[in-house]
Amino acid sequence: MPETVFLTVDITHRLGTFDLRVNFSLASPWTVLFGPSGAGKSTILRILAGLTQPQNGIVTLQNRKLLDVERAVFVPAGRRRIGFVTQQPALFPHMTVRRNIAFGLHSLALDQRNQRIVEMLRLLRIEELSERVPAELSGGEYQRVALARALAPEPKFLLLDEPFSGLDADLKESILNELTVWLAARRVPALYVSHDLAEAYQTGGDVIVLEHGRVETQGSIEQVLAPRREQLLRQLGVFSRPTPAPVPDESQTSRRP
Amino acid sequence: MDTQALWLTLRLATVTTALLLCLTIPLSFWLAFGKARWKIVVEAIATLPLLLPPTVLGFYLLVLLGPRTAPGRWLIRLIGHPVAFSFSGLVIGSMIYSLPFAVQPITSGFSAIAPEILDAAQLLGANRLRVLFEILLPLARRSIFTAAVLCFTHTIGEFGVVLMIGGDIPGVTRTLSIAMYDQVQDFRYAEANHTAFLLLAVSLLALLFVYAWGRQVRRA
Repeated sequence: MPETVFLTVDITHRLGTFDLRVNFSLASPWTVLFGPSGAGKSTILRILAGLTQPQNGIVTLQNRKLLDVERAVFVPAGRRRIGFVTQQPALFPHMTVRRNIAFGLHSLALDQRNQRIVEMLRLLRIEELSERVPAELSGGEYQRVALARALAPEPKFLLLDEPFSGLDADLKESILNELTVWLAARRVPALYVSHDLAEAYQTGGDVIVLEHGRVETQGSIEQVLAPRREQLLRQLGVFSRPTPAPVPDESQTSRRP
Repeated sequence: MDTQALWLTLRLATVTTALLLCLTIPLSFWLAFGKARWKIVVEAIATLPLLLPPTVLGFYLLVLLGPRTAPGRWLIRLIGHPVAFSFSGLVIGSMIYSLPFAVQPITSGFSAIAPEILDAAQLLGANRLRVLFEILLPLARRSIFTAAVLCFTHTIGEFGVVLMIGGDIPGVTRTLSIAMYDQVQDFRYAEANHTAFLLLAVSLLALLFVYAWGRQVRRA
């Protein structure tokens, strides 16, 4: 996995009243992008993927400039080798699961293509769905196929925008485990948008907290999210002992009508 | 029944529909996804034949394609004979007259495809041709089929444009609707009745075909 900085981002983008100004770099194989709705998380992911062109900025991935607005550099989405799975991904509705996964493998020879498809079907545990069309899939199955399709071309960098929100906790945990192993084996770093503290801890990477289009904090999960975790645990009554309610004395009870 | 007129009409409708689809699929792609500000002008021009009286359109085409104008003279030099009063003239006139019937449904079909689907194709490295042939055309197939049937039936029934630009030359420019006009002029009402029934049946069959196929696509 990369130990040095592999991604640098310095972008400015205005959309109506929303003003995004972020400057950060990534070195950890897993980075979680935290922040409330409307903070600009999805916009950042779209800019990195090459689906949105910002008004100004520079993006460099593994020493390759993907974007430099001033110098009119813009590498199209399809040439960036970045995988992207959104919360509501769009599978090709007229193609089977197998054909959806094969879509990004156009440049591979037929046997390699078939091998990769089988690998993806196994990784995401969707072998039995291979001949189904997206309309026949449940929400969780749909998400897993979208992830398989994004991973199949072996991207250099993976963007995940809450891709497991439709899955139950056990399945989410096991897929996340297998995904991290798969990505680690191929040295593919990931930027992961999530609101789930447990998920963030499971990935064990860095965290960027985004607020109102600005990076508020960046650091390891323990440093950045520890206060939030403690606050959550206190709310759940794990750290703070509940103080017993005062017992009303005789005089107080007798005064009640 | 004027069988010569029937075959000429079918040939005209087939050629017009095939050429129109080749022209309007890329045009509609551009209208649906292009970012040029002036595409609204192209959209308006492509819709104009819907509102313009066919005789007006036919008259302008007759003048434009005749030997008195530069484009007309250029076309005569190119194909060796005047375009007006020929089958090629009828095809050009029919294509312009039926243009909105192809552009409107295909552009709507393309525009109805979720942008996320196109984003996904783009992220997976598909070039424009792959997006067109593997994503857009299969997903918009119902709109394309509707456009084809509309163009075909519209061309079969057209009268004003073909009369203005093609006249009434048997075997060359006399289509079914012009043959029927001649039959009525000559008080041959029984023949006119047969021709009218044939035109009615073709239109009805075409519409039944569109609706039946549409239902099948929705079920699939």
